[in-house]
Amino acid sequence: MSAPNSSYDPVEVTPLHADEVERMRDEALAAIAAADTLDALKQARIDHVGDRSPLALANREIGALPPQARKEAGQRVGQARGAINQALAAKTAEVEAAEEERALVTEAVDVTLPWDVQPVGARHPITTLSEHIADIFVAMGWEIAEGPEVEAEWLNFDALNLGPDHPARTMQDTFWVTPERAAMVLRTHTSPVQARTMLTRKPPIYVACPGRVFRTDELDATHSPVFHQVEGLAIDEGLSMGHLKGTLDHFAQAIYGDGMTTRFRPSYFPFTEPSAEMDLLCYVCHNEPDAVADCRTCKGEGWVEWGGCGVVNPRVLIACGVDPERYSGFAFGIGIDRTITSRYDIADLRDLFDGDIRFTQPFGVEL
Amino acid sequence: MKVPVTWLRELVSLPDSVTTEQLAARLTEFDLKLEEIISSGISGPLVVGRVLSIAKEPQKNGKTINWCRVDVGPEHNDADGGRGIVCGAHNFVEGDLVVVSLPGTVLPALAKFIPGGEISARKTYGHVSDGMICSSAELGVAGDASGIIVLDAESAAPGDDAIALLGLGDEVLDLEVNPDRGYALSMRGVARDTALAYGLEFVDPADIAVTGTGEGYPVTVEDSEACPVFAARAVTGFDPTRPTPSWMAQRIEQAGMRSISLAVDITNYVMLEIGHPIHGFDLSSLQGPIVVRWATEGEKITTLDGVVRTLSTDDTVVTDDRGPISLAGVMGGAETELSATTTDILIEAAHWKAPMIARTARLHKLPSEASKRYERGVDPELPARATQRVADLLAELGGGTIQDGLTVVGTATPRPPVAMSVHLPTQVSGVDIDAATVVESLEGNGCEVALDHESLVASPPSWRFDLNDPNDLVEEVLRVVGYDKVPSILPTAPAGRGLTVAQKLRRRVGNVLAGDGLVEVKTFPFAGSADFDRLGLPSDDIRRHQVLLENPLSAEEPGLTTTLLTGLLKSLVLNIGRGHADVHIAETGRVFLPKADGAEAPIYGVDRRPTDEEIAAFAAALPDQPHHVGLVMSGERVRTGWAGPGRQATWADAVAIVQHLAEELHVDIEVQQAQVMPWHPGRCAAILLDGSPIGHAGELHPRVLKAYGLPGRVAAAEIDLDALIDASPEVGPRPDFSSFPVAKEDLALIVDEHVPAASVQKVLSGASSLIESVRLFDVYSGDQVPDGKKSLAFALRLRAPDRTLTDDEIKAAREAAVTAAGSLGATLRT
Repeated sequence: MSAPNSSYDPVEVTPLHADEVERMRDEALAAIAAADTLDALKQARIDHVGDRSPLALANREIGALPPQARKEAGQRVGQARGAINQALAAKTAEVEAAEEERALVTEAVDVTLPWDVQPVGARHPITTLSEHIADIFVAMGWEIAEGPEVEAEWLNFDALNLGPDHPARTMQDTFWVTPERAAMVLRTHTSPVQARTMLTRKPPIYVACPGRVFRTDELDATHSPVFHQVEGLAIDEGLSMGHLKGTLDHFAQAIYGDGMTTRFRPSYFPFTEPSAEMDLLCYVCHNEPDAVADCRTCKGEGWVEWGGCGVVNPRVLIACGVDPERYSGFAFGIGIDRTITSRYDIADLRDLFDGDIRFTQPFGVEL
Repeated sequence: MKVPVTWLRELVSLPDSVTTEQLAARLTEFDLKLEEIISSGISGPLVVGRVLSIAKEPQKNGKTINWCRVDVGPEHNDADGGRGIVCGAHNFVEGDLVVVSLPGTVLPALAKFIPGGEISARKTYGHVSDGMICSSAELGVAGDASGIIVLDAESAAPGDDAIALLGLGDEVLDLEVNPDRGYALSMRGVARDTALAYGLEFVDPADIAVTGTGEGYPVTVEDSEACPVFAARAVTGFDPTRPTPSWMAQRIEQAGMRSISLAVDITNYVMLEIGHPIHGFDLSSLQGPIVVRWATEGEKITTLDGVVRTLSTDDTVVTDDRGPISLAGVMGGAETELSATTTDILIEAAHWKAPMIARTARLHKLPSEASKRYERGVDPELPARATQRVADLLAELGGGTIQDGLTVVGTATPRPPVAMSVHLPTQVSGVDIDAATVVESLEGNGCEVALDHESLVASPPSWRFDLNDPNDLVEEVLRVVGYDKVPSILPTAPAGRGLTVAQKLRRRVGNVLAGDGLVEVKTFPFAGSADFDRLGLPSDDIRRHQVLLENPLSAEEPGLTTTLLTGLLKSLVLNIGRGHADVHIAETGRVFLPKADGAEAPIYGVDRRPTDEEIAAFAAALPDQPHHVGLVMSGERVRTGWAGPGRQATWADAVAIVQHLAEELHVDIEVQQAQVMPWHPGRCAAILLDGSPIGHAGELHPRVLKAYGLPGRVAAAEIDLDALIDASPEVGPRPDFSSFPVAKEDLALIVDEHVPAASVQKVLSGASSLIESVRLFDVYSGDQVPDGKKSLAFALRLRAPDRTLTDDEIKAAREAAVTAAGSLGATLRT
């Protein structure tokens, strides 16, 4: 570097000549233009605007000029460096974009490749339908009651007005626990939960009881020794069969949608009097005149059988400690398994119980 | 109850405009639910013919056929006054009346042989057979099927419609009769309800004048409670060779019974007609007076079906001097039965106590038409009238002489009256029903009703055993008013508290399992020693102690299971058998653990609530039935695929899922090495809660896999879900973390190979309050560590809640960790 010029003598500093600066600038611009990778650009930056670049060195010579010449030389160098930096920035953006573009292309994959390495779980539709039904009743302010599956004979039968010699006991093919004098059965219905609820809670009572029940039917396409029911029980002042129908209509609508309704036919259950069979408006054809005749679901009836119900027999209230003079109630029960087989058109009940994962997987975790 | 519609119409004057379908629908609304309408399905020109001539023509195949000319009436005869028909049967002669199906007749019984069962003229054996002479089998009616039907001479004329003649156009309603409506197991009962349903007048077929007077056959009834009424009547000089008239045989067959002989058919016919079972004794075979009594223990009787039955003191019998001659109300004895030569008959119609008959029929596994009716209740006013009706028919159809003597022991007790408010039907049903309708409906059901202002007293008829309580009367009123009138009113329940904690947690467990890739199954809880053998349970294992069933469906599975693995492994085997390689299934359900032997649940009366102590006795006797959660996993847990190799399901997956469940329920569990069948002795973890095991997880023992025929390895776990749920806190842990910088320290420790990693992890975690977490990231044993040792590498994260840690603090914490690990014999790996 030349020494600072403190006199005002004109000094010739070659690198600061206009044409010299211009040449350095043009060389730099050419190098930048030629660089097409970020590495080449880095080198160009070091070569042409780095501390040891010709222009940087030239810049240091400005002090050697007489003061009156410095300004002009400074401007000249400054402009050249500005042009170079600008070109460098522009080219850097250009190269970065191009490199990103290349990278994106090389990183491209076939997104249709299947990602199936994680096992897919699912919940059984009996579980999810039971929960769905529970939610419907909980939304009405009801609670969900449960009871044991090996049940006392008295709770499964006697308390429900099925005395030892009642003909209805032979209707229900009961699994008896050994020895018979143990007076225990596999519950034949969820109704003992009603008895347990009345024995342990004070009215008003509004409970639904989903659960597994047992009858001595051999397993075939339409029968199973193990199946699932949900029962409802309401005990309050002034309840009538009308309230039973209102509850069931609401239940039907909650499951099958607006416009659903139920109808009653007289029937017999020892624990209700009067008793009724409950039919559900066919949820496929809705008993519409132009659709019902060909409907496979209801076989042209317009209605499908859904369960049994009735007014709680006052004898049951007495055995369970509820004052029949003050309270009345209603009860109903539907088959969960049959609701599923009918709704999903499942021909063979055994599919629900043999555990083939292909049966349950499509149901996912919620119905 | 099978109800021939023509018979019903004979008893009730239903308008012709009411179709059978409409009738069935109306009766269904009346609690007589239609099962099906049965009809013969026969249509077309089925007519009576007279055989004019028979030409016997031997055939090359050795058969002889008859080439017949048959007069089928002017309407159907050809120009020569008959039709030519080929017939292969030989049980008829010229001049006989036969049944001819002319071309166009549809006989469903032949549908297997000819399209649609439709008869056509066809060429056979060198003739055009212009129709067919029918056998009973071809018409689907009762009778000797070895030849064609030959009608009684002069019973019809050629050309008569045989469909009407043989009752083939009859439709039969098969009605489901509920156990409370025993009266409807008779034409009398169905006709009464039909009349009520249509508002028609009802003429009671049991309105029979009893003519007998004076002493009848001597009968003593020892227990009038078991047998309140016993009636007997003798008919002598009956002609046992007389056939049952076809109308009667037809009705008996239509009702689903078999026509046997005139005398037996008459007793069955009267039972169908008025609903009272009747037994006929061969009078000449009786020895001395009849005594009705309880059987003695071990007494024997050979019943009509030829079976020798040993009786007990629960059975009631009809006896004579030799001993039991009939099992009361269920089945008669063989020694005194009506035979093909019986001419003198003693008709018995007795009223038995319903529960007694039910018990006897059940004990002897002998449900009969009689027991079915007695169990549900038979009208006790009928015995004398039933014997009269039978006697009349034996005289009319069999030429017998009715003896004047009539035995009637005992009288029917009237049914107790039922008092009720006239408003009760409205209150119970929600339908506005006025007093007049209430009274009218009850009267229509046969009640006598006395109305006094707001209250009424209904005296139920003798045949209605189901009318005991006010609500029973309500049902009868509502049946008449119509169940379709019940309004729809949604009741307002008081605000509820939603699901219980346990219910919510069981749902959460279900979702965690599904999220962990397990498919829920629902298996049957039945199991037996074969299952426990496959699981390799030792002979004294508590899990072999089952709740056993008196009447299991299969001897292989005589009781309830004590472990969910029995069902899960059956499902796993099924899945693998169906070609699924990677199967991960889980079940949440109860297992059944018996209380002490001899536990008996109490039986109480039903006239009051049991006391709290009495209610507690149920729980004391019933088996423990905890909810368990079980899972089995076979094949790959991470599937091999284009992205790389997968990973088999192992013991670690089973333990991890159990840990996930525990974390989700905020329960601290401990994992401990264990050796329990059916798990692999080196790959079994006991899951401890407060130091007690609540289940196990790991891989199954290779012997178990072999017993089940399962390939590869199977990971499995089963835990007591109730225990886990009980331990779950109502509120989960408070989130507690520091925002000061973390310091990370890795420790490689050499320990004896038998020291569980979990123990080292536990002491490290407790070594300093600054240790935020400890994670095992490498396990090594091999050349670099001494024999019998292993290296465990842990990543420690250190942090203080209120400051940035200094180097000295970090160093101190690290040293504390090493010291703590030293208590387990661990040394720093250098």
